[in-house]
Amino acid sequence: MPTLTINGQPVTAPEGATILEAARAAHIHIPTLCHHPDLSNVGACRMCVVSVEKARGLQTACTTPVFEGMTVHTDSAEAIATRRFVLEMLLTDHPNECMTCEVNGDCELQDLVYDYGVEWPQHDGARHSYAFDPDPNPFIAIDRNKCILCGRCIRACTEMQNRDVWSFASRGFATKLVAGADQPLLDAGCESCGQCVAYCPTGALFDKMSLNKGRPSQVKKVRTTCSFCGVGCNFDLHVRNGKAIRVTSARNAPVNGLALCVKGRYGYDYIHNPERLTRPLVRAKWLDPARLAQQVADGTWQVREKAGRRSQQTENGQRSTSDNAWPTDNPALTIDHFIAVDWDTALDVTATKLAQEKKRHGGRSFAFLASAKCSNEENFLFAKLTRQLMTTNSIDHCARL
Amino acid sequence: MMTTTLSLAQARAEAKQRWQNGSEADLLITVGMGTCGVAAGAAEGLAATQRELDRRGLRGHIRPVGCVGMCSYEPMIELEAPGRARINYGNAIAKHIPQIFAHYLEGKPLVKAVIVGEVVATVSEANGQHLHSLSFVEPGSEQRIAFQRKQLRIVLSNCGLIDPESLDDYLALGGYQALERALLTMTPEQVVDEVTRSGLRGRGGGGFSAGVKWGLARKTQRWPKYVICNADEGDPGAFMDRSVLEGDPHSVIEGMTIAGYAIGAQMGYVYCRAEYPLAISHLNTALQQARALGLLGKNILGSGFNFDIAVKEGAGAFVCGEETALMASIQGGRGQPWPRPPYPAVAGLWQQPSNVNNVKTYAYTPRILRMGAEWFRSLGTAGSPGTAVFALTGQVARTGLIEVPMGISLREIIDDVAGGVPQPKTFKAVQTGGPLGGCLPDPFLDTPVDFDSLRAAGAVMGSGGMIVADQGTCMVEFAKYFMQFTCDESCGKCPPCRIGSTRMLEVLERITDGHGQMEDLDTIRRLATGMQQGSLCALGQLAPSPVLSTLQHFEHEYIAHIRDHQCAAHTCKALITYEVIPELCTGCMVCARNCGADAIFGAKLETHVIDPALCERCGLCMEVCNFDAIQIISPRLAELRLTS
Repeated sequence: MPTLTINGQPVTAPEGATILEAARAAHIHIPTLCHHPDLSNVGACRMCVVSVEKARGLQTACTTPVFEGMTVHTDSAEAIATRRFVLEMLLTDHPNECMTCEVNGDCELQDLVYDYGVEWPQHDGARHSYAFDPDPNPFIAIDRNKCILCGRCIRACTEMQNRDVWSFASRGFATKLVAGADQPLLDAGCESCGQCVAYCPTGALFDKMSLNKGRPSQVKKVRTTCSFCGVGCNFDLHVRNGKAIRVTSARNAPVNGLALCVKGRYGYDYIHNPERLTRPLVRAKWLDPARLAQQVADGTWQVREKAGRRSQQTENGQRSTSDNAWPTDNPALTIDHFIAVDWDTALDVTATKLAQEKKRHGGRSFAFLASAKCSNEENFLFAKLTRQLMTTNSIDHCARL
Repeated sequence: MMTTTLSLAQARAEAKQRWQNGSEADLLITVGMGTCGVAAGAAEGLAATQRELDRRGLRGHIRPVGCVGMCSYEPMIELEAPGRARINYGNAIAKHIPQIFAHYLEGKPLVKAVIVGEVVATVSEANGQHLHSLSFVEPGSEQRIAFQRKQLRIVLSNCGLIDPESLDDYLALGGYQALERALLTMTPEQVVDEVTRSGLRGRGGGGFSAGVKWGLARKTQRWPKYVICNADEGDPGAFMDRSVLEGDPHSVIEGMTIAGYAIGAQMGYVYCRAEYPLAISHLNTALQQARALGLLGKNILGSGFNFDIAVKEGAGAFVCGEETALMASIQGGRGQPWPRPPYPAVAGLWQQPSNVNNVKTYAYTPRILRMGAEWFRSLGTAGSPGTAVFALTGQVARTGLIEVPMGISLREIIDDVAGGVPQPKTFKAVQTGGPLGGCLPDPFLDTPVDFDSLRAAGAVMGSGGMIVADQGTCMVEFAKYFMQFTCDESCGKCPPCRIGSTRMLEVLERITDGHGQMEDLDTIRRLATGMQQGSLCALGQLAPSPVLSTLQHFEHEYIAHIRDHQCAAHTCKALITYEVIPELCTGCMVCARNCGADAIFGAKLETHVIDPALCERCGLCMEVCNFDAIQIISPRLAELRLTS
């Protein structure tokens, strides 16, 4: 455990730790842009430069390993001047669009420019003017004008997702972030997980579905668990005016950190879909007619649309009796209509039918299909239900289909 | 196949025999077949030589060799009949071959070809070993020709002497004796120690002690380790490494194998730019020959040491000459540097301990191990032993590849070796270290050429580019050229270099376009400091050097551009206007006929006028005018004349 001195303060760090790790552990702030604790360090952005005594020139804190007796000054005049220079250089090729930028208030570049008091550089030299959102993919919007070429997206894609979609093309001032061989994202093997967006420090990569829907200061973040599968990823729903407008992953999510899959990150449009199932639906024919009439009349249960065409046909193609009018006062109601009922009723119907059919045909007439949405515990209980209660071994999982 | 010392001794004896046989032919013919020679027509000259031999019924022994460094004489051919002097002829293109033969054999006069000099073998001796090289003397005298008088060929000793595609030639002149000595009589520590004691400093430009570097790589206890040869010579106009690889590839292979033994590596890579096809071809031939004789591969010379070398071709990025970018490129990644520490000796190629040296550094090693560390120390200066190789270009009488002892002054190189700046122009500045180096004006010409003195003077040794500028060179334009180069070659990884170099170039362009402001000089200095302090690798850190050194020594030129809109060298097109001097113009119409832009008006026998709006400032009119009736003036003066 080498001991070093940072800004006059003795700090002990594990062998092989970087100056940045040692400083952060000691609550000493060193600014960064291309560094991210989840990703490898490349020393590209030069924001974390610090002065190390006896070393030639400034060192990047994110890549320089500590050694015994090292003396570091994080805020030497040289380091601060260099950081300001780097920010100024970045701004000379950055659009002055914070007013309309999606990430205004949640931008690492903006924060650093603020911290270091860098003025907007006036110049008539070259600036990039790439087309906004040129990629036809449905999820990830690209604004290369805001890209500072930190390469975090590239490393997130390569190191976390193992997809290697992003890379740099060309060199010098013409260096440009490209997917594959400068192809559309989906052609370059992108799975639309959006990890690149999560790691982008600026507004260069953004969630396309959330463009113009609300900025960080306008939304309320609600931490929730993804409903798509049993992994149990946590993320933040951005809620504005009662509507979920964006999903962002959070580094402190215990299961997934900043990682999410395409469903978790972009599959939230079902929330406000009018077709979304919010209550159990039971076919009218499985319900007691008298109770149905009563509950519908009370408004506790509601009549939904008729079931699909498929169920209305018998195997030989003849019309089934399902078109027969239901013996109620309501002439529009047929036995194939879905009725929105309460959970108890729905579960009663299910249990009764299962018991009935088991009695008639035996347990082995059943096959049970588990869901990826279930947790391990739920799937365990489901197996118990299948094997012990229903006495069949025919259980499988949708992920294998 | 494993070669024991015994069979190597036998191979060497046979090689010596064959080397001798070469001079027993009716005529020993040596043709410079480096890229430079081939480009000048050496291949056709070689075919013509064969025809001439056949025509005369002579039994010739033709030896294609590497470059001797005298670019202006290419293609070159040497003739030697038994018992007669060996004469080197320049400008030996195919159609001059018969007259060269006639001159040598019958004493007939030369018309187009020229005699470069008489070639005499030079042998230096140390440690009971001999180092053979070539000297050119004035025919019939002992005096060396001017270009060679102050040169000392150590690392280039075999270039132009041996056939680079013949292992025999290399063996005959003592090749692989150093490897034999190292593997069979020395421990790796002793090899490191010997190289350290020789004082050999890395010839890639950094000047770090090669022995110390090897020692660091040896110390790291992780395997596998790698030996890497940096042959990505990217400086514009520099071709030192190419000449060594083309003319003497085995010395690099031998040096790398010795380095492998010293640090404990079993694998070596030569990273050579793909623009050097001949070097790569010669290197691959040499590798095959070395493997066939068991000088590479398993259990080399029965020592139990295994080593092999692969060639990795670069794709033309200057930045891949930076060692970490080079390793990234070998790994198959984008050629971008990564920060140090950790240094390659600790974590290099594939994060394994690696030793990266320049081509010349490895090529020196066998010579040092053969002739002894003390011999090498005795050459050059105490701080920088040995020799320096320069690719000399620019406005001098004799350009070419030179090898001089360290400690020689810049003035000696420029005036004596290169023959000075051709009259009537005069010397203005010399740029060393290529696009990342600095320029020095006349008062600095007595600076000794060695790593430390050049650095103290504000230039750098670099890997060996040396460009001489005369009074016809605009120093702002000069600096702009190098900054343009940096902009093109910046890898784009870090903002100070990627954006800083572009901003710097924009300022320089503004100045040469006549739109500069005095504040621009401060902007240049501020951008330079930012790039120097902030950039990740040496490319960005040193890129401002040409600008800063021209600004330091030639600030008045910058000011003249900005304040007076004048370019003294008349090369900044926006700052010059061509004008007809009415008193001298005879109206001969030669200028008007030659003008490609149709910018010159005037009837026959009437004074002509140049329209500055159409004029492209090519200067052709001035060149063709027989009456010196065209002059260059500053646009401001032209404007004043128009308004008055």
